[in-house]
Amino acid sequence: MNIHEYQAKQLFERFNIATPRGAPAWTPEEAEKIATELNTSKLVVKAQIHAGGRGKGTFDTGFKGGVKLCSTPIEARDLAEKMLGHTLVTHQTGPGGKIVRKVLVVESVDIAREVYFAILMDRAAGGPVVVASTEGGVEIEKVAEEHPEKIIRELVHPLLGFQHYQALKLGRQLDFEGNQLKAASKLFSNLYKLFVSLDCSLVEINPLVESSEGDVYALDAKFNFDDNALYRHKDILDMRDIHEEDQREVEASKFGLNYIGLEGNIACLVNGAGLAMATMDIIKHAGGEPANFLDVGGGASEDQVTEAFKILVADRNVKAILVNIFGGIMRCDVIAQGLINAVKTVSLPVPLVVRLEGTNVELGKKLLEESRLPIQAATDLSEAAKMVVAAAKV
Amino acid sequence: MSILVDSNTRLVVQGVTGSSGAFHARGCMEYGTNVVAGVTPGKGGQVFDGKVPIFDTAYEARQQTGCNATMILVPAPFAADAILEAADAGVELIVCITEGIPVMDMMRVKAAMAGNKSRLIGPNCPGIITPGQCKIGIMPGYIHKPGKIGVISRSGTLTYEAVWQLTQRGFGQSTCIGIGGDPINGTSHLDAVKLFGEDSGTEALIIIGEIGGTAEEEAAAWIKENYNKPVAAFIAGATAPPGRRMGHAGAIVSGGKGTAAGKIEALREAGIAIAETPASMGETLIKNLKL
Repeated sequence: MNIHEYQAKQLFERFNIATPRGAPAWTPEEAEKIATELNTSKLVVKAQIHAGGRGKGTFDTGFKGGVKLCSTPIEARDLAEKMLGHTLVTHQTGPGGKIVRKVLVVESVDIAREVYFAILMDRAAGGPVVVASTEGGVEIEKVAEEHPEKIIRELVHPLLGFQHYQALKLGRQLDFEGNQLKAASKLFSNLYKLFVSLDCSLVEINPLVESSEGDVYALDAKFNFDDNALYRHKDILDMRDIHEEDQREVEASKFGLNYIGLEGNIACLVNGAGLAMATMDIIKHAGGEPANFLDVGGGASEDQVTEAFKILVADRNVKAILVNIFGGIMRCDVIAQGLINAVKTVSLPVPLVVRLEGTNVELGKKLLEESRLPIQAATDLSEAAKMVVAAAKV
Repeated sequence: MSILVDSNTRLVVQGVTGSSGAFHARGCMEYGTNVVAGVTPGKGGQVFDGKVPIFDTAYEARQQTGCNATMILVPAPFAADAILEAADAGVELIVCITEGIPVMDMMRVKAAMAGNKSRLIGPNCPGIITPGQCKIGIMPGYIHKPGKIGVISRSGTLTYEAVWQLTQRGFGQSTCIGIGGDPINGTSHLDAVKLFGEDSGTEALIIIGEIGGTAEEEAAAWIKENYNKPVAAFIAGATAPPGRRMGHAGAIVSGGKGTAAGKIEALREAGIAIAETPASMGETLIKNLKL
């Protein structure tokens, strides 16, 4: 789950991590109000979307830049007006861009120096790792490619946590000294506390800045939370912004379905994540383009199968559907019945290829035959992929 | 022959009275696994299905029945605790089926179990089966057949696909081990490969991997230097978009790392035959057996 920059700022405030003063605005008038309260001529208006690259992005109106400096509350209001309700396209949003519904109005900081600081879970190490670099304010992937020697990695002991000496070590490696070293190392420790307390999988501050006045601030942040742990963080769940998510995925999550929307025209419904990925792969291999990933899981009910089917059918890009089920816990007759119910409820606007194997396969096949629905039955996965690719081309 | 489980395995089921625990305990018993105990705190003294004594704690189960393996089907918020309880009770093999355990819980479990004699498989895995002898998990027993091919996989149903392809062609399995789809787990591809390396009854391997992490690459590097028998592999997720979690918590391409292409290259480099599609996993290995 992702959150907006202004929500990240709220979390930073909770954990005593210094950020520039400011607040989010939903309307140009609010933006003006916040700017007035800040009482400074150094302001920044930042579009709030779940994607990076906002500064270099372009709006659908032609207006350039999702992060803009200004000096007065009126200018802040005007900038907010140019952003709110408009679509911002950045190198991370995809060509469709994202609609900006909020902006963050903050005091701008005179930046003396920018560094990069992140904490993430390192699966090979079995614990958190701090990734840092003196090269802040740029894409870290680029730094890793062009200057790998400038990437600092510090492993954190999974049980002991982040130690004070590690905070100081990193501070020095990032060229902080004196009071800035104290401030930076305290920020690092607080960030680690946040990372663990909130079950994050990633917290990335880019840039972390030293201002010309000698203060250390987190200027921008990206968070990823462990989806598995959200059940114990209701406050984080409440930060979810469904507008930033693919609407098909939002619908699927209502029914507990594991769904990811893609750009192709062949929909698939599969039980098991590995098999679902492999099904997408074989569709591609057969010359088609998958429209989605969908894992109905082992415990899916007839109703969930019906709802899953409805979501696939509602996607107007979809030209054919492949149902690939290897029944283990999932029984083929349950899938068959769910499909039959779904087709009866929603009707079948596109060709449907079904491949069943595993528990109760004979019963499942029998149910489908007797339903007299126009379902194409495939015996093996290879045949199923070829059939659905051909059906999508018709 | 086999690795880790056989007809001598004595299984306890933690979470036996839950709907999932009960269903799969029965499935294992029907297959022929020797299920000797169940654990549900508060239900000690009861009997499951008229046959299996239930205990309040893993410790009591171990003391009273000598169980040497456990299958954990406990809800995610409590599963890490169940793993630690089993390890503390000295149960040698811990198979955790549960999906959805917070990653940091597993991080702590793994660190706490370092140096412990218990081996953890999973979590978020279908389990482990030595066909004809012992099934610990949720896989359908009938698709398996005793034989000489070792199967290692992060997936559940994708594994059944491979196993069924082998069985239908007359090639049975020594042991099939599902290591699970989570980013931090108890047994890696490499751990399983090494175990199979020591089993004279396993004559070839199938490795099923997916995007995310570097476990397959590590296994490939070891196989290149240390394992001479035929190995085939399939990596799922070549078409997955970067940065998205594809169902499994561990199936995510992050910062350019963990791509299917990278894994396939590492495996090829190690002389491992790559199945181009999931429909050809069995075929790919069998071709290499004949060589």
